[in-house]
Formats: sequence, C-alpha cells, structure tokens
Amino acid sequence: MFWQILLGLWMTLVIAGAFLYAPPAEGLGELSRIAFFHIPVAWVAVLAFLVSMINSVQYLRRRNLDNDLQAAISSELGLAFAILATITGSIFAKATWGSYWNWDPRETSIFVLLLIYGAYFALRSAIEGEERRASLSAVYSIVAFVTVPFLVFVAPRVYYSLHPDPLVNTRGSLDMDARMLQVFFASLLAFTGLYVWIYRLHLAIARLGLKVGATGQTATSGHSEAHTKEG
Amino acid sequence: MATRSYGWVSEVSAVWRKDLRAEFRTKYAINALIMFAVTTLTVVSFSIGPYAIAREVMAALLWIILFFSAMSGLSRAFIHEEETRTVNALRLSARPSVVLVGKLAFNISLLIMLEAVVVPLFLILMNLHIGNYSLFLLVLVLGTMGLAGATTIIAAIIAKASSKGALFAVLSFPILLPLLVMAINGTKLAINGAPVAEGLPEVRMLISYTVVMVTASLMLFEFVWNE
Repeated sequence: MFWQILLGLWMTLVIAGAFLYAPPAEGLGELSRIAFFHIPVAWVAVLAFLVSMINSVQYLRRRNLDNDLQAAISSELGLAFAILATITGSIFAKATWGSYWNWDPRETSIFVLLLIYGAYFALRSAIEGEERRASLSAVYSIVAFVTVPFLVFVAPRVYYSLHPDPLVNTRGSLDMDARMLQVFFASLLAFTGLYVWIYRLHLAIARLGLKVGATGQTATSGHSEAHTKEG
Repeated sequence: MATRSYGWVSEVSAVWRKDLRAEFRTKYAINALIMFAVTTLTVVSFSIGPYAIAREVMAALLWIILFFSAMSGLSRAFIHEEETRTVNALRLSARPSVVLVGKLAFNISLLIMLEAVVVPLFLILMNLHIGNYSLFLLVLVLGTMGLAGATTIIAAIIAKASSKGALFAVLSFPILLPLLVMAINGTKLAINGAPVAEGLPEVRMLISYTVVMVTASLMLFEFVWNE
C-alpha cells in the first residue's frame, strides 16, 4: 500500500512539474510538454516488449507456464502503452507537422510494434491447449523481436524523420534544460513504476485465478480458465 | 564429420524431393500461388492501366503482388502435413533441422516457379523497362530467400493453430516489413538503372536479414515442431 500511495504522489508531482515547473522548449513552445508523457509511455511499451520476450525465452528453457503468463501480461500492458504512445505522438505530429500520420520512421516502428502485439494475441487466441499456446507464442515473440533492429535501420532510409532528436542523440549531448531533465527523468521513473505496479497486480490476480481453479479441478484446466479470464 | 554433414544434406534433399513430388501430384500450392498472383496482377494492371504512374511505384506494386501471393501458398508446406496426418511419420524419420531446411528449400522452389511466371508477365503488362537487370535479379533472388526464410517458421507455427489462412498473413507482415522495404528500395534502384554498387546497402541488408531469420528459425524450430 505504501508504494501505491508513493507512486500516486510521485505521478501527481510529475504532472504538476510537467505543466508548471519545466520551461517550454525553444522553438516548440508549450507543445514540448507532451514529451514528458509521450517518451516515457513509448519507453514502457518497448520495455514491456522486452520483458515479454525474456519471459518467452525463459518459458522455452524451463517449460514453466508461469513464464508464459508473465509474457502474456507484459504484452497486454505493452499493447496499452503502445496505443497511448501512438496517440500522444499523433497529437504532437498534428500540432507541429500538420498531419496526424505521415510514416515517420518512429511512427512506422511504433505501428509495427502494435501490429506485432496484435498478431501475438491473434495467435494466442487461435491455439488450443495452454502448453502449445505458450510455446508457439513464445517462438513468435522471439522471431518478431529479432526483426526489430532491421526495422530501426531500414525505416529511416525510406522516409525522412521530422521527429525531434532522441534525448540521447548521436552527438552525445543532452538538449534539455536542467529543469526539463528533472521532470523528464521523474516521469520516466513514474511510468516505469506504473508499469511494474499494474504488472504485479495482474500477475497476482492471474495466479490467484490459477489457485482457485486448481482447488476444484486439475491444475491444468484451472490454468486455461485463468487464461480465458485474462482474455 | 564429413560423412555426417553429407548425411544431413542428403536428408534435407530427401525432404525437399518428397515435398516437390507430393506437390506435383496435386499441384495445389503452385496453382494457388500462380493463380492468385495472376489475378492480383490483372486487377492491378487493369485498374491502373488508364493512368500513367511513376516507375518507382512499380517496384512497390511488384512486391505487394509477390507478398500476397506468397501468403496464399507458402503455409501449405506444413498445413499439408497436418491435414494428411503425416506429421508424426515425418517427425520420426527426420531431425527438426532437416525438416525446416527441407521445407525452406521447397518454399524457395515454389517462389522461384511463381516468379518465373509472374515477373515476366508483370514487366509485359505494366510495360516496364528495367534499367539494370543484374541488380533487379539479385534483389529478386535475395528477396525471395528472405521471404521464404522468414515465413517458413511462421507456417510451422500456424499449422498448429486454428483459422490458419488469415493468421499467416497477420503474423508474417510485421516480420516481413523490413524485408519488403529493402526489396522495394533495391528494385526501385534497379528500375532506374542504378549500378550494382549503389544497391549494395540493400543487398547487404537483404543477406543479413535472411541469415538472421534462418538462424533464429533453426534455433526455435524444434520448439514448434515437437509441440
């Protein structure tokens, strides 16, 4: 309970800091404030993808269905955060470049991430039997992860990027004002904390579901029940 | 070691020949592939016939046709085994890596047969002149390898799932996107008559993509196959 309250207060501070404390960026003006929310959300979407992939590898090595559960939960959260990142990015794009969507490299990569998550869940819902579902979706998740570096390299070759420089850019310098940096890193921490909290909550519920199912029936059918509840 | 690796190669070619023979008995996959490609090509050619479109767009059209045709037929290699219930026999008689590479070779053969029909037809119907044929062929061949290399393991995955047909394209597209972008870029250069040296970055990326995908497939295939 202590951590949730702390997280709540921290998030409040971040929101207040993003609008009141941090100065607007040169050139972009007040629009730059969306970066305090957009970048952390996008970061969490990628982090969730990574956690899901690591759990998939662990599942294939140890054959523990709990890893599969974690991979699925992380993917669900990743999908939610990827949608948020897409929407916030799209709003920013409309305000600065004049159109909601123009296949900027970063828009392309987040869109492909959305497609991968979508395909992952489509695959999961199409397989009967949780062990088969676990290992096939784990394999897909790894194969999809392997292609991401190619996309990162390939996409900028086709469309020029209008996206503001990444925070840690190729020149190795930070373009942010000290106060902006404080808010930015606080926000990064807040959103990562939010992810960890929801993740653990989800996991606890799913595990409890397993236990409840296991008392009446065999452990395996209980697992599938928990999975359907997960959706 | 030499005899073992020879044994592996001959086993792979046995799987490949088995699939080719089974395919030529029914001609199911190749008919589906070619008819799908010709239909798509006709639709494309018919609908944009009256308009003059930029030559660069042709490269994208060609690869879209090849992508969707591949989606209509390449999953066949594994679905066929499930449908005829020969999976267990194959699992007993061949190692996973042999099965994967054999099926991969079969899928590459299918795609080459498809391209032998569709690409010339495309060039004729779209009245397209290629500036640099050697770069064009190089990109086409490497793109084919990558297409087959990435989708063979997806085909193995969806063979175990329900609603196979729709799922194959859904699962393949995000994975194939980098390949398609590279292949379209390379083809564009070839159409414009760029020298091979200018297309080298694309060629290099296509090769490394294929190598990475085939390696990952080899490492992961066992988990799919023994499921």
